[in-house]
Amino acid sequence: MSRAGGRSGGRAVAMVLSAGAVLLSARPPVRPSAQEGQGGGRGKELYDKWCAECHGETGAGDGSAATRMLPRPRDFTLAVFQIRTTASGELATDEDLRRVIDEGMPGTAMPGWRDRLNAADRDAVIGYLKTFSTFWEGATPQPIDMGRAPRSSPEGIAEGRAVFEQVECFKCHGDAGRGEGQSAPTLTDDAGQPIRAADLSESWNFNGGSTVEQIYTRLRTGLDGTPMPSFSDVIDANVITDEQLWRVAQYVRSLSPREPPRPSDVIRATAVTALPAAPDDTAWSGVERYYVPLVGQIVVKPRWFAPAVNAVWVQALHDGQTLALRLTWHDRSRSPDPAWDEWLGLMRDAMGNGDAPLPDEQGADRLHLQFPARWSDDLELPFFLGGSTRQPVTLWRWSSDGDKLEEGTSTGLGRFTPAASGNAAHSARYDRGEWALQITRPLVPADSAAAIPFVPGRAMPIAFFAADGSHGEDDVRGAVSAWYAIYLDVPAPPRVYIAPIVAVLITAGLGVAVVRRAQKRATETA
Amino acid sequence: MKLGILSAIIAAAGVLGAAGPAVQGAAVTGTVKFTGTPPANPKVDMSEEDACKGKYTADPVVTVTGGNLKDVLVYVKSGLPAGQKFPASTAPVVVDQEGCLYHPRTLAVMAGQPLEIRNSDPVLHNIKVVAKRNRGFNISQPTRGMKTTRTFTAQEIAIPIACNVHGWMHANLNVFTHPFFAVTGADGAFTIRGLPAGTYEVEAWHEKLGVQTMSVTVPATGSTPANFSFKAGS
Repeated sequence: MSRAGGRSGGRAVAMVLSAGAVLLSARPPVRPSAQEGQGGGRGKELYDKWCAECHGETGAGDGSAATRMLPRPRDFTLAVFQIRTTASGELATDEDLRRVIDEGMPGTAMPGWRDRLNAADRDAVIGYLKTFSTFWEGATPQPIDMGRAPRSSPEGIAEGRAVFEQVECFKCHGDAGRGEGQSAPTLTDDAGQPIRAADLSESWNFNGGSTVEQIYTRLRTGLDGTPMPSFSDVIDANVITDEQLWRVAQYVRSLSPREPPRPSDVIRATAVTALPAAPDDTAWSGVERYYVPLVGQIVVKPRWFAPAVNAVWVQALHDGQTLALRLTWHDRSRSPDPAWDEWLGLMRDAMGNGDAPLPDEQGADRLHLQFPARWSDDLELPFFLGGSTRQPVTLWRWSSDGDKLEEGTSTGLGRFTPAASGNAAHSARYDRGEWALQITRPLVPADSAAAIPFVPGRAMPIAFFAADGSHGEDDVRGAVSAWYAIYLDVPAPPRVYIAPIVAVLITAGLGVAVVRRAQKRATETA
Repeated sequence: MKLGILSAIIAAAGVLGAAGPAVQGAAVTGTVKFTGTPPANPKVDMSEEDACKGKYTADPVVTVTGGNLKDVLVYVKSGLPAGQKFPASTAPVVVDQEGCLYHPRTLAVMAGQPLEIRNSDPVLHNIKVVAKRNRGFNISQPTRGMKTTRTFTAQEIAIPIACNVHGWMHANLNVFTHPFFAVTGADGAFTIRGLPAGTYEVEAWHEKLGVQTMSVTVPATGSTPANFSFKAGS
């Protein structure tokens, strides 16, 4: 009853306001839905239904699901916003808020709502969330004038790198920009929760968008509520120029691929005559990289809602005898690393109230590869999380603890039986926030009873698990993939290359003969 | 332009405040003591920062010299006439980042009074202010000699200031809508000037040792003593 009253009242106010607006400025009238959102009505209805579970009924970021999330949901009572076009310390514009609601925040639990709520409803929610803080009263946040980007060039990007070093972006984001900087293990947000320095080489995960303009905007405004400061004062103090800050944005953008990577179901192992010797062998540089996104393991207890590793990149080659895989993944720490003890403590406090407490000590970094223990095309895929008793899986479990690769069988996540002997060889490297692991194995293993064979021309299911020990990821805590397939190319026999050449020669020969005969006839008749 | 006019007004008000009635009235003066063995300060490992390492080995949360306690905020908590407005001083309160610590670590300004943040270190510091009643901010100072000035709007005690590049760096900022506050130096002494005659609740606040309050009645002129003493474990 009261809700209906509030709505019609809001509508009346909106009509008066919009009439006034038209008379005064001939601007388009204020959207009625936004007005209804103030203090109740549609905005509250939508917020309570879709937002409150995370952001809390009073907007304090303390909904029932909040403690399972890292970063935590925004606390609207503080009216502090990361993604803005306004100066540090200012409120966000409606346009800023709308963008976050429309697009979501990649790498967090916040989804985009553009496809779920219509524009009027999204505006109503914006109106309502402003009722959670008195900072909004009479406020009209003003965006900073961002100017325009200078034309990008290799020299400009090199200058951007120099400024990146000069103003010490690497302290948090790291020399390689993967968020592996020396201050990274100590970073907390305004609420004291651990927060990771952005991996600048994954622009598709940037919360405020991945264009040079958007990156520059983040540099100017900072991300309030996080450790990322604004660099506007640095320009005002003539420490660097505005153009140099643009160069930093262009450099940061250059660290990521032009297009966001797309997962492909099939990883192709190309046939070659010689395999690379190690993961840093330059022979890998020309080999296609397949992107395999990972998500937190939230099925088997202890579940894990804050995975550290968000993707594995896979490259594969074979020479008819041996399969070689190269796996790379970003991991900010080479675990265990004493510099990351503080981070583990922060993680324990933030995420330790889940299914089981987090470990007191940092464990190893881990990468697991999973294949069906038996496979033919007519079989059903085993359960993607470590198989089952009925359908076990083969696991190759690499651990940074002693740099070991262990082979064996699993009948479910955490239920692993090591094999008597292994058939695979491996070699691992860690460089500034990235692991690179090469694994080689004979296509047909010596002990064929214990390990599945790889057959060129046939696809083999493959799945992945990754864990970062410094992040508190022990046991079954970590990040997992769905099933993918690895397909070994059939080496082309010599006739594949010779036959077309022969065909071309014969065709050309015939053509010449035909033309000659025609010419001969022509001269004869003439 | 707008800012210029505003600061001119504030400056004029400040001059009036400095020369006019504010310095008249009564004063509350005293010393903040510490008895017993002060708690050990947290050790700080600055080995990761070449420009700062070796200068300081602990975070001086509790500094006691000859029984005198430094970095205590003493302020009039209640008793001022309701609704009275006080002009803000234009003289900036300065906080310096030197050796990867804040100097001083307890800061107090009036709403509208500039806080000048300086960097004397040849390294990047970010200055993150996490406020509730004021607007916090997060700015960067990547070079030695950089200065940034900010003002605040609302009364708020114990606003944390931190540097995320150097996780051990902490200061606290206190904003008042009146000028009746002081922060103790190494001698533990403080003076609050210009109080009208009356009875006030005066609070001494320390970031680790907590608060102590006392009721002080001051006549129209002259100095009234108010001495505080903190104890180990208090």
